[in-house]
Amino acid sequence: MTALITPNSSASRRAEGPKAAQRRRAARRRWALVGLAAALGVAFLVALSVGRYSVPLNEAARILAAQGLEITGLDSWFDLRRTWTDQEQTVITLVRLPRSLMAVLAGGALAVSGAALQALFRNPLVSPDVIGVSSASSFGGVLAIALGGGGLILMGGAFALGLAAAALVMAMGRIRASSPILTIVLGGIVVSAFFNALVSLVTYLADPYTTLPSITFWLMGSLAAATWTKLWLAAVPIAIGLTVVMALRWRIDVLSLGDEDSRALGLNPTRLRWVLIVAVSMMTAATVASSGVIGWVGLVIPHLVRLMLGPDHRTLIPASFLLGGTYLLVVDLLSRSMTASEVPVGILTAILGAPFFVYLLITQTRKDPDHA
Amino acid sequence: MLEARGLGHRYGAGSWLFRDLDLTVAGGEVLAVLGPNARGKTTLLTCLAGLRRPKEGTARCEGGVGYVPQSHDSQHRFAVLDMVAMGRARLVRSWTSPGAQDLEAAWKAMARVGIDDLAERPYAALSGGQRQLVLIARALVCDPSVLILDEPCAALDLRNQRAVLLMVDDLSREGIGIVMTTHDPGHALSIATQAILMDAETISCGRACELVNGQTLTELYRTPIHATTVMAPFGERAVVVADFGAGRGAARTVQQLTHTEKGTVKS
Repeated sequence: MTALITPNSSASRRAEGPKAAQRRRAARRRWALVGLAAALGVAFLVALSVGRYSVPLNEAARILAAQGLEITGLDSWFDLRRTWTDQEQTVITLVRLPRSLMAVLAGGALAVSGAALQALFRNPLVSPDVIGVSSASSFGGVLAIALGGGGLILMGGAFALGLAAAALVMAMGRIRASSPILTIVLGGIVVSAFFNALVSLVTYLADPYTTLPSITFWLMGSLAAATWTKLWLAAVPIAIGLTVVMALRWRIDVLSLGDEDSRALGLNPTRLRWVLIVAVSMMTAATVASSGVIGWVGLVIPHLVRLMLGPDHRTLIPASFLLGGTYLLVVDLLSRSMTASEVPVGILTAILGAPFFVYLLITQTRKDPDHA
Repeated sequence: MLEARGLGHRYGAGSWLFRDLDLTVAGGEVLAVLGPNARGKTTLLTCLAGLRRPKEGTARCEGGVGYVPQSHDSQHRFAVLDMVAMGRARLVRSWTSPGAQDLEAAWKAMARVGIDDLAERPYAALSGGQRQLVLIARALVCDPSVLILDEPCAALDLRNQRAVLLMVDDLSREGIGIVMTTHDPGHALSIATQAILMDAETISCGRACELVNGQTLTELYRTPIHATTVMAPFGERAVVVADFGAGRGAARTVQQLTHTEKGTVKS
């Protein structure tokens, strides 16, 4: 009897040559991005439809399409038959649409910030909180609430102080130019601690019956107060920061090899790092200013994407945005539909994020024992 | 061709690491730089590669330099192809990623050092020697006329050392000028045509086969070294550089032998 030898798949793959393998990897990454974008789209529609006032999924889609046609001015060409009620339209366009868009922007911006920072500090445990921007922005917001400022003053204060903290950390980075990464991280920790103390001070001094509850609630992070004005104000700095990080995403790969390597390859690592830190600070400050401190997204999402798609930032950055946006949409959906009263989304991201991060560490260690 | 005239550098107001240094590395030549630790070998290399502005003098190179830094970080998981394509960083426009042309150059560079079958492997999963070849391919991806390598054989086992040295030798035979630092005089004698010895005070340059010998090495490292060159069969030149032990190893061997045979050592 003759033994039948069937080539196993890995052997036949090896036979087809490295160029084919490379093309397959590129295709896999493209499809992964398409899949993540589709998941974001589905989550977005569900988030529009589900809630205390339920709108059927197809009506939500029609309202969204009608809005799109009206904005682009194509409604005279393509008339959508109005099958929905006024109330459904109001719920979607004035409440859920800005809130969901804010969730996508904030989640995406936090995840992209985390991915970029982890590469440029060459440390997987870095997240947007580390460079001091989050706590400085919180202080700006808390101060605005304590002084009785409204939404716009709050956003402006949070954004301005976030950028001031980034400038402070950058100035400290110049003190010891020989080890810039360490100095920046240390500077970030110092600036964070300083502004956290100021946050505590304002919280301590705040009127326990009027301002203290709103300060505490705001610090927990929530998308409940999202309006179109807030959305547009946050969208501009987030869009600028995202564009810069997206455009430089291949250079982040080179930068993650270390300063000596990137210099040998003809890049200026110091300049590149500052450009990225400014971009990330704009995104983080805008996110905190509009939605408070939402932790863990910037840490968990880039790790998850790296585990699925590898370390290449050409894929990692856009995939982090898509997955970060989807994640925050889903968590926000949970936060407003789980219980009768809303749970702040920042609490949920931490409760879900911490154990999930441990799970990621375990799977990463199993998959790749010498690179935990 | 790499040409340095009156090259000098020091950090701050410290003492000069090197000064008034003239050197020329033509295509096909191999210059080995030897010297004790922390003597300024890497500084010299970065000045020659144009990565550091020297305090005095100039270093010019027609046709571009490829620089291979000492590989210390082996943990990242980039695919070899992506790693090699990063060598095009100075040619890829600021806000873009490498295009088809850059990938083609990367495939060519990988084929040149014989690692194209590793293209999809993660860098961290390679052996030390393969990693060094990846870094060499990354430096070759812009078609430089001179290749500068910082301790290409550091932390490699003998087989990998041989693979890297043979590759460097092949590249010089293809007409590329080579500058490399090494802590192994045997490497210098095997493939170098010229040598620079960076002593504590003086720097001497010359033909490798004349400059690198027991006497100069003993002075350079302030430790007894014997260098012997022998003609091996088939005309290959084998190089033996010894001896760190100064007779102690032999004494220990005798001691062990007497232990196993007789149980005790009689003095």
